[in-house]
Amino acid sequence: MTPGEAKPAPLLEAEALALFAGGRWLCADLALRLHAGECLAVLGPNGSGKTTLLHTLAGLRDPGAGLIRLQGRGYRERSPRATARLRALLPQIQPEQFSCSVIESVLVGRHPHVGRWAWESRADIEIAQAALARVGIDHLAHRDVLSLSGGERQRAAIAALLAQQPALYLLDEPLNHLDLRFQIQTLELFRALARDGAGVVMVLHDINLTARFADQAILLDGHGGVLAGLAREVLQPGRLADAFGHPLIRAEVDGHAVFVPR
Amino acid sequence: MPARPPVVVVLPVLLVAGLTALAWALVSGEARADWSSLLAALGGSASFDATVIRELRLPRAVAAYAGGGLLAVAGALMQVLLRNPLADPYVLGVSGGAAVGALGALSIGLSTVAADASAFAGALAAMLLVFGLARGDGSWTQTRLLLTGVIVAAGCGAVVTLMLSMAHDARVHSMLFWLMGDASAAGRPWPALGLLAFAVLACLPLARDLNVLARGDLGARALGVAVDRLRVAIYVLASLLTATAVTMIGTVGFVGLIVPHLVRLAIGNDQRVLLPASALAGGALLVLADTAARLVLSPLQLPVGVLTALIGVPVFLFLLARHYR
Repeated sequence: MTPGEAKPAPLLEAEALALFAGGRWLCADLALRLHAGECLAVLGPNGSGKTTLLHTLAGLRDPGAGLIRLQGRGYRERSPRATARLRALLPQIQPEQFSCSVIESVLVGRHPHVGRWAWESRADIEIAQAALARVGIDHLAHRDVLSLSGGERQRAAIAALLAQQPALYLLDEPLNHLDLRFQIQTLELFRALARDGAGVVMVLHDINLTARFADQAILLDGHGGVLAGLAREVLQPGRLADAFGHPLIRAEVDGHAVFVPR
Repeated sequence: MPARPPVVVVLPVLLVAGLTALAWALVSGEARADWSSLLAALGGSASFDATVIRELRLPRAVAAYAGGGLLAVAGALMQVLLRNPLADPYVLGVSGGAAVGALGALSIGLSTVAADASAFAGALAAMLLVFGLARGDGSWTQTRLLLTGVIVAAGCGAVVTLMLSMAHDARVHSMLFWLMGDASAAGRPWPALGLLAFAVLACLPLARDLNVLARGDLGARALGVAVDRLRVAIYVLASLLTATAVTMIGTVGFVGLIVPHLVRLAIGNDQRVLLPASALAGGALLVLADTAARLVLSPLQLPVGVLTALIGVPVFLFLLARHYR
């Protein structure tokens, strides 16, 4: 950004956000601002509302209270289709009932970019192929999705997300089914996308990977309490122990913070 | 893209297959006709053969074609709506409602026209009942819709059995024929054919939305698909198609289940091709089955539903064994 230019509106912004689900408040008065280039991790014990928060931030669920803005505008101010060109959601579970080829499943990500009467163009197919190559499964392009392993299916789902080319990625447990190597590769991939101007919000279970890859963190404690801020401030052993109900110790290995259950 | 027959080949091939099946249906039967008398009949000749073809065989063949196409499209839509490859047009009770309506009318000795109207009314009543119950608390999940439909269908089945057991002997035969599916009584099939064409055209601009919906509600909503509206639209459309088909030819089984699967095996699961191809293939298949039903034990005519079930059961079991190996 050149000096003197006004700072652009945050990619994603929430004010006084409160979430209500299953007969209880999951969090109240949550504020966040995510700019292009940043990664935000959402942490918390099972049932603390991580997925609910992510779906709310995606505009797929009305918040109990508060405001959410995507690139400066509320979700109701854009059509669902225009919204889908700006933000993508990776669901926690990848449902797949009917067989189709991997490349077709990735082309689904082009849906908001292709007109109602149009078919996917050559360019769309190239985008899908590039997305497959980026997650390292371009050799599986013509395989049936039903024949893929869990990890391969997860990577195909991530490729469909890349093909959607949004500004904001909302990822619900993106490391599901992935082995160690692909966990790191996936997080590095989204860091690289952030470097190129995207924003990333991801629900993670691994505190150590959060410490290594996230700029900001939100910690839900499962009792309606929420802590949001810079990752290194949120990730304190005492706060994590309170939220997860198990004591942790912090250590440093190669300059990275590491949290080990006691 | 994988090595699948391209659209420009599949649809014309299926169309020609359908026309060939129709031509075969018109020339086959007790009074054999050759191709020249077929042309004469279609040209408006007043000879006996031409009249048989035009007044008896043509409406029946067109009814089978339209009915098969309607059921196949309705089945394909239901499979997407319920995201369940085993769904068929009857799973949500529309046919049960139609059967209650039709058999109710037949058991008190009303005419077939009245029975048709009653069947259509019964189908719509079942559709609205399932819709109302499944949406009761505002949720609209596949499981809830499926369970509601299955229960309503089971209830209709009980009522049908009750009516059969209480019916006058002379009327049981016509009631059973209606239940098994029979194209011979179809009088005016042309509106149904028009509805089939309209339904396929109406689905085309929605077909890519359906592709996305087939992968789950959440992902579809995130991709900008108006999921609730789309699901209501395909539920109502599939129910209307089923009601029309069932009113015309009875509850012919398996076409709505098998045809979308066969087409899917051949060309994949892109609804933009699957829906028109299912319409064409369903029509062709039911015309073949109905003509065979007229011929195999001629002069005795079988209800076409028996034949589709006899063909459908082994084909479906074969597909199932292949798919879930």
